[in-house]
Amino acid sequence: MIESVLSLGGIGLVAAVTLGLAARKFAVEVDPRELAILDVLSGANCGACGYPGCAAFAKAVSEGEASASLCTPGGSETIEKVAHIMGVDAKIQAPQVAVVLCQGDNVKAGSKYRYLGIEDCVAAQKIADGPKECPGGCLGMGTCSRVCPFDAIEMTEEGLAVISREKCTGCRKCVSACPRQVIKMTPLEATVHVLCNSHDKGGQVRKYCQIGCIACQICKKAAPEAYVIENFLATVDYDHYQQAGPAVDKCPTKCIRDFVDGYPEGSSFIPPAVPVKHDAA
Amino acid sequence: MKLKTFPAGIHPPDNKHWSAHLPVEDCSLPQELVVPLSQHIGAPAEVCVEKGDRVGKGQVVGNAKGFVSVPVHASTSGEVIAVEPRLHPTGRALPSVVISADGEDAWSEDLREADPDRLSPDEVRDRIRAAGIVGMGGATFPAHVKLSPPGEKPIDTLILNGVECEPYLTSDHRVMLEETEKVLEGAAILQRLLGAERICIGIEANKPDAIEVMEKACVDRDIEVVPLKVKYPQGAERQLILAITGREVPSGALPMEVGCVVQNVGTAAAIVDAVRHGRPLIERVATVTGTAVRQPKNLRVRIGTSLAHLTEQCGGLAKEPAKIIMGGPMMGQTQLSLEVPVVRGTSGLLLFAEGDVPLRPEGPCIRCGQCVRACPARIMPTTISAYARLDLYDEAEEFGALDCIECGCCTYVCPSTISLVQGIRTAKGAIMAKKRKL
Repeated sequence: MIESVLSLGGIGLVAAVTLGLAARKFAVEVDPRELAILDVLSGANCGACGYPGCAAFAKAVSEGEASASLCTPGGSETIEKVAHIMGVDAKIQAPQVAVVLCQGDNVKAGSKYRYLGIEDCVAAQKIADGPKECPGGCLGMGTCSRVCPFDAIEMTEEGLAVISREKCTGCRKCVSACPRQVIKMTPLEATVHVLCNSHDKGGQVRKYCQIGCIACQICKKAAPEAYVIENFLATVDYDHYQQAGPAVDKCPTKCIRDFVDGYPEGSSFIPPAVPVKHDAA
Repeated sequence: MKLKTFPAGIHPPDNKHWSAHLPVEDCSLPQELVVPLSQHIGAPAEVCVEKGDRVGKGQVVGNAKGFVSVPVHASTSGEVIAVEPRLHPTGRALPSVVISADGEDAWSEDLREADPDRLSPDEVRDRIRAAGIVGMGGATFPAHVKLSPPGEKPIDTLILNGVECEPYLTSDHRVMLEETEKVLEGAAILQRLLGAERICIGIEANKPDAIEVMEKACVDRDIEVVPLKVKYPQGAERQLILAITGREVPSGALPMEVGCVVQNVGTAAAIVDAVRHGRPLIERVATVTGTAVRQPKNLRVRIGTSLAHLTEQCGGLAKEPAKIIMGGPMMGQTQLSLEVPVVRGTSGLLLFAEGDVPLRPEGPCIRCGQCVRACPARIMPTTISAYARLDLYDEAEEFGALDCIECGCCTYVCPSTISLVQGIRTAKGAIMAKKRKL
């Protein structure tokens, strides 16, 4: 009895002393700032900064390789905190959200052929540039919603990607995943968008989509400052988004939308709890 | 005698009886020809004519751009009425030269005759390139590239590919029967060019008449006719080399690594025209068949003829086509419409009506391993495809995604109808894109 207690206790003591010494001798020095930065980051490991996860980003920032402002999902609060830890001035950009610039789901937009392959936009785009007749429209197979680390993209039953303005952190993963570049980053403050991505002429757009931009110039007349029409496609000039409102009701194809009024048909996303007001002057 | 073949592969019903016995007919000249500037693997040709120019038959309308590229020629004499993007077999609108035929069909005056025996190897290669000769089995790889092996890689075996393992297609079969001498002359030109000691012609056993004709013609020539067991994809370059010589082309390497060059029989015939007469590749033999066409036929057709014109030549459509395939059913490209032009790689046109193409929804992988057993490249299609769907392209590459020859055996045998090839192709695209970036 007493022998076993002594021998086990002895082994324990020797091991403890060895481990204690080893921990001193082989200690890895970590920049305390790195740990502090890791602490204020969200821990989503989304990769928006271009580094594999928050830990790698924290290391890069503490070593002076990366700028604090790369953490777009963290928003201004996180960036400020990180900048404070590093003792630099925070460069804060206006918060951005991704918007799918298309409303042409499987009901509203026509297709060139029956697609029977893998349910993936990248794979489908390789076959004659995708089944949708519109060269720019959302293919609706959910590649973006699968890459979204924040679960902010839903696919409607009719096959259209819709991004939640509340959940989107602006990490741009969907922007680079979309093979048709139909997702664009926009300022969160701007709620009015032209939801079309087709550069075809109006007549042609009408042939394949009920809700596409036909470049009729009506929005430009209603709000000359806020719209730019290039290559047969109207887009909101986000430097003057405040003036975009009046064109929403005038658009004959209803492709200009104010997200304050809700999301495109079929979406289950609710409007933001505190609507961002635009100047309807 | 036991017939040679390669391991793995599949046995789809070949359905060649619809057109195998029909002699090649000349397809009538359409009023308008659309000649795409991209008809080969490699850089597209650069247009060198303008709207309103008069062109002779065989005149260059697009110059080769880079080494892996070939020029493009006018398929008949007439006027260039447009140089604009037109619907291409890939499903995109790509730059094409549109020619309105003047009906005279007069050869361009620039073409020079030559005696193949007196030309140096370099001159022969130049003539082959200037004629725009590409692999006519369907892959359309520029022939002169294959025929320019670097000095440290001697070629000892030239293999003529008369396998035609794709179901339905019979164009190579007819070329072997009707242009036997031309094919063999082409083989002789290629042999001299490469310095190969051995020439083999691989023909599958389902073409006994072609084997017989070729054997008879080769009696007093030093050419071996090798009958092969019927199996898909025997006509694939690597599989054919393995079947005939027993040599395996290493992963990522070219056939010249094992001392072999493979050329399609149609390419060999086209090379004779190019070297002897200076005539470019402006026509080819294509099989038009399928359930939706009235009379299946083998047609000699000009490059740039629309598929609609081809079907008219075959008595028109019997039923509304639900699936239009350019090439064979296994590796051919599905077309968006019949307005697409014939290109140099168009070995056939298949038209199927609704209901002929069975459609079953995709199911989950049941791990049966049939795709692995069928894969002639000896990779694991189900694993690679699964990785591709999860965007794990590094893992897909580790499992040999780049060795895939896209023959479609895995998708054909899959009991759950999983689009395996499409998955692997997506992975290949992503891996290649990443390599280009590095």
